[in-house]
Amino acid sequence: MKTKYMNPYLAGVLLGTVLLMAFFFSGRGLGASGGVKSMVVAAVDVAAPEHTANSEYYSKYVGEGKSPMKAWLVFEMIGVLVGGFLSGAFSGRLNWKIEHFPGITANRRLIFAGMGGILFGFGSQLGRGCTSGSALTGMANLSVAGFVSMMAIFGTAFALAYFLRKNWI
Amino acid sequence: MGPLVPQEIIGADWNLFIAFVVGIGFGFVLEQAGFSSSRKLAGMFYGYDTVVLKVFFTAAITAMLGLLFFSLFGWIDLSLIYVNPTFLGSAIVGGIIMGAGFIIGGFCPGTSVCAAAIGKIDAMVFIGGIFVGIFAFAEGYPLVKDFYMSGSLGPIKLSDILGLSGGFFALLVIIAALVMFKLGELAEKRWPREEY
Repeated sequence: MKTKYMNPYLAGVLLGTVLLMAFFFSGRGLGASGGVKSMVVAAVDVAAPEHTANSEYYSKYVGEGKSPMKAWLVFEMIGVLVGGFLSGAFSGRLNWKIEHFPGITANRRLIFAGMGGILFGFGSQLGRGCTSGSALTGMANLSVAGFVSMMAIFGTAFALAYFLRKNWI
Repeated sequence: MGPLVPQEIIGADWNLFIAFVVGIGFGFVLEQAGFSSSRKLAGMFYGYDTVVLKVFFTAAITAMLGLLFFSLFGWIDLSLIYVNPTFLGSAIVGGIIMGAGFIIGGFCPGTSVCAAAIGKIDAMVFIGGIFVGIFAFAEGYPLVKDFYMSGSLGPIKLSDILGLSGGFFALLVIIAALVMFKLGELAEKRWPREEY
């Protein structure tokens, strides 16, 4: 079971090399939640342009000559979809699946996935970036924010693991 | 020499194409490492699979050393690399909320997109949740703005605060990572779990 994935240390070196290339070419690191933020801004701008123009939050990203979808992280995230798909095709892992611990139902897994996503989405905006943008990229360039994010994210997940154990083990 | 786009060695028109190519590499490696499986990711917090720790720290150290050596060889101007600014209060509280989201949802944003790419429906629901959470933050922004903007320290580096050179600080991170890798290997033996 475990051998079907790449050696984790090799994967880490490759991921670090991808991150280094982002720094070398574009002068910035990786990210994920920022790409979703751009899509939220773009969607709200289409649905309610007056609201975005008047909102203190959205108005930073919309208006004359600004296009929220023409953002580095949006294109990077489209790449992640393509890269993930290619890897899945390459290793024979493409299939529709609700993956969950056998001790819980698929519905329970989906409910918790949705709640976790809501929390992660909100937290990523408050914390100015998620595991990729703030923690991983931040640690690579020695940013204080990167180490603080990493410790807060992983520390909290460890602290709450006991209470969520029935979902996973 | 580098970074190439900010110094206009490569035209800004190419930047989004570079982002796309970098993203393909990012997604491919995440999936190959097994980050498309929430049960593998959650293993980190129960000790049965510490792949998250190993990949995450190996990647951070690889890029950290890459930046330091590239700078030493004059291949990259570190002053042109974007360093995310530190706002202590919101970074800690945001991180706590994200940590709760991680153990409840089993993914983080990057890994959920990677998992959705191979057909994981739970990951697609998680992504839907991210949209809702970001929308809630955007709509509630006036309420959290004061806290969001408080405690600004600017783009500071941990090595500078500690008064250490980047290289020596990186050495300490490597030593800490090696200790954690060893603990991870021990945890996987202590709490083994097959078939997930």
